[in-house]
Amino acid sequence: MKEIVTLDHGSGGLRTSELIEQVLLPAYGNAALNELGDGAVLSDLGGSPVFSTDSFVVTPWRFPGGNIGKLAVCGTINDVCMAGGEPKYLSLALILEEGFAMDDLREIVASAAETAKACGVQIVTGDTKVVERGHVDGIYINTAGIGVLRAHGLGRSAIRPGDAVLVSGSVGCHGAAVMMARGDIPCEGTLLSDCCPLHALSKAALDAGGVRILRDPTRGGVATTLNEFVEHGPFCIELEEDAIPVDPAVAAACDLLGLDPLYAACEGRMLAVVDPTCVDAVLSALHALPGGEGAVQIGRVTTARPGQVMLNAAFGSRILSKLTGAQLPRIC
Amino acid sequence: MLFEDHFRRPEGSRRLLDAIHALTEKTGPVRLMEICGTHTMAIAKAGLRTALAPDVRLLSGPGCPVCVTPAGEIDGILQLCGQPDVLIASYGDLLRVPGSQRGDTLLRRRALGAQVRTVYSPMEAVELAAAQPDTQVVFLGVGFETTAPGTAACILEAADRELENFSVLCLLKRTEPALRALIAAPDFAVDGFLCPGHVAAVTGAIAFSFLPREFQLPAVVSGFEAGDILYSVWRLVAMLAEGHPGLENEYTRLVAPAGNPAALAAIDQVFEHRTSLWRGLGEIPDSGYALRPEYSRWDAAQKFGFVPGQANEIPGCRCGSVIRGVCEPGECPLFGKACTPADPVGPCMVSSEGACAAAWKYRAR
Repeated sequence: MKEIVTLDHGSGGLRTSELIEQVLLPAYGNAALNELGDGAVLSDLGGSPVFSTDSFVVTPWRFPGGNIGKLAVCGTINDVCMAGGEPKYLSLALILEEGFAMDDLREIVASAAETAKACGVQIVTGDTKVVERGHVDGIYINTAGIGVLRAHGLGRSAIRPGDAVLVSGSVGCHGAAVMMARGDIPCEGTLLSDCCPLHALSKAALDAGGVRILRDPTRGGVATTLNEFVEHGPFCIELEEDAIPVDPAVAAACDLLGLDPLYAACEGRMLAVVDPTCVDAVLSALHALPGGEGAVQIGRVTTARPGQVMLNAAFGSRILSKLTGAQLPRIC
Repeated sequence: MLFEDHFRRPEGSRRLLDAIHALTEKTGPVRLMEICGTHTMAIAKAGLRTALAPDVRLLSGPGCPVCVTPAGEIDGILQLCGQPDVLIASYGDLLRVPGSQRGDTLLRRRALGAQVRTVYSPMEAVELAAAQPDTQVVFLGVGFETTAPGTAACILEAADRELENFSVLCLLKRTEPALRALIAAPDFAVDGFLCPGHVAAVTGAIAFSFLPREFQLPAVVSGFEAGDILYSVWRLVAMLAEGHPGLENEYTRLVAPAGNPAALAAIDQVFEHRTSLWRGLGEIPDSGYALRPEYSRWDAAQKFGFVPGQANEIPGCRCGSVIRGVCEPGECPLFGKACTPADPVGPCMVSSEGACAAAWKYRAR
């Protein structure tokens, strides 16, 4: 008989202990977690802490190129990295629906552990709740991350006219892959989510120098994130449509559903605004790393239309607004 | 490379633009109308309106199915979704369209507990009904000849499976009567039509032959990439320059002269024509599809005593004029001020194919 999660696993009693000891500890195991205290006692970070949190409700929980466990670890690690931090520790809290298959939970936990390990990050504390059937959709995860600040002065206020806008690879893969996995697109394909940690790419970019701001374009996609860089400010971002890398499969999938890849989520891509004299150095550093091979300049900062993002296309330029409404709910 | 990329290359498009401009020196300024929401979006996205101005003015006609659905019918749908055990299955577009009360939408009703599902195909709604025998699943049949065959097919499927808990609220509309009404209006001022490739894939290109034959208006059935549209505009302007208005089919990769016989047969089997109310155009005889009496068991209007509200236009909103192409989105006093996609007043701003949404989303510098 298939082993399933029951309400008892969230009781805080014997079953909870079994779940922690048999499923979670073997995957995450580390000195701080093994204590099983109410909280983790961490060693001195040796710098300013960077702190971030994110919740994950993606449906389906398994998609081509990853699952909710990998996504939950990448998501928070990436947020810490984009803030200029080197990620060190994570918390990971599960909210499970009773009846969820234990083997599926093991698969998710293994992905989370593997991803964290690859980034040199420890999962040091967590929580498990189980709710009645129908009250959550299988599994939700919250993660919070702590890192140590490595790059000072990143942010919107560092952006200057003439700066270059770079992206680390093709855009919109995660959103399109999740749509595909949901069966929203009535065809089969080999589309993979771009879900991956950005710790190495962000470090390489920061080490190369000249970085003004970093951000991973998740919900709302590239267009929305770039709007956040310049809105209410004195500068404009001008993008060259031809320069923006879009995988043909993503373009085709978006075409079918009437979506725009510039608004589709990425979960392993990085946008960087960079000093124009450092573009070559940053791009070379990114090209040398897995996941950064396709890094390219897509636009620049100007004063043409303060506060707005413009797209220069074949027949002239147009405004790229922020996403209105949900292009696609529950993609992360 | 995507097949469609061939129709997106800027080099060929530039040559077409030059050719169009050369012809308009002979014809003078030309006003052309597109009557398909997908054309509206494609034109706005590629920036063709600006590229063609001022020699060619492109106007958006009644091509967005959600936009031509009167507010009163939305009010009726909102009433229907409040009934116990009723699940509304709809294309996503309709979920954000407000009725006569601003902000009151199916999306809001869903957040407050009504059963409302987005479907990509009417067949999904049939499967929902099969899976939930205690729920009355009502599919909102909205659209033109393009969505009519799928709607007909789902009614035939439900009849075949004797599904008593499935029905269709049929608000489907026909293109030709609306075009005739538009042309008959005193303020009609259009020199030629860019005809909808998707509709023509069902009806055949010949469904638009009445335009040159009866009204001496050139018509080109067009695809949806920038190259398709520019080529079609070039042909329209060329026919005007030559003084020989005719019907041409640019979208030969999808549209057969006589259309799709199986789709037409399904429409004919399930639907008959009825008088239909259009936002902006009013009541037009024979402009809507209704279920034939033998399929009335699957007619949600009869099953639930559907009564559309009285409201047609929303006060202050000029969607009705935008739909007829006599008011451009930017000429409406609400556009971009009281009415934006985030907080829309009228359907032309909320539908992803609406003329106002297209003009706002792809507004030029």
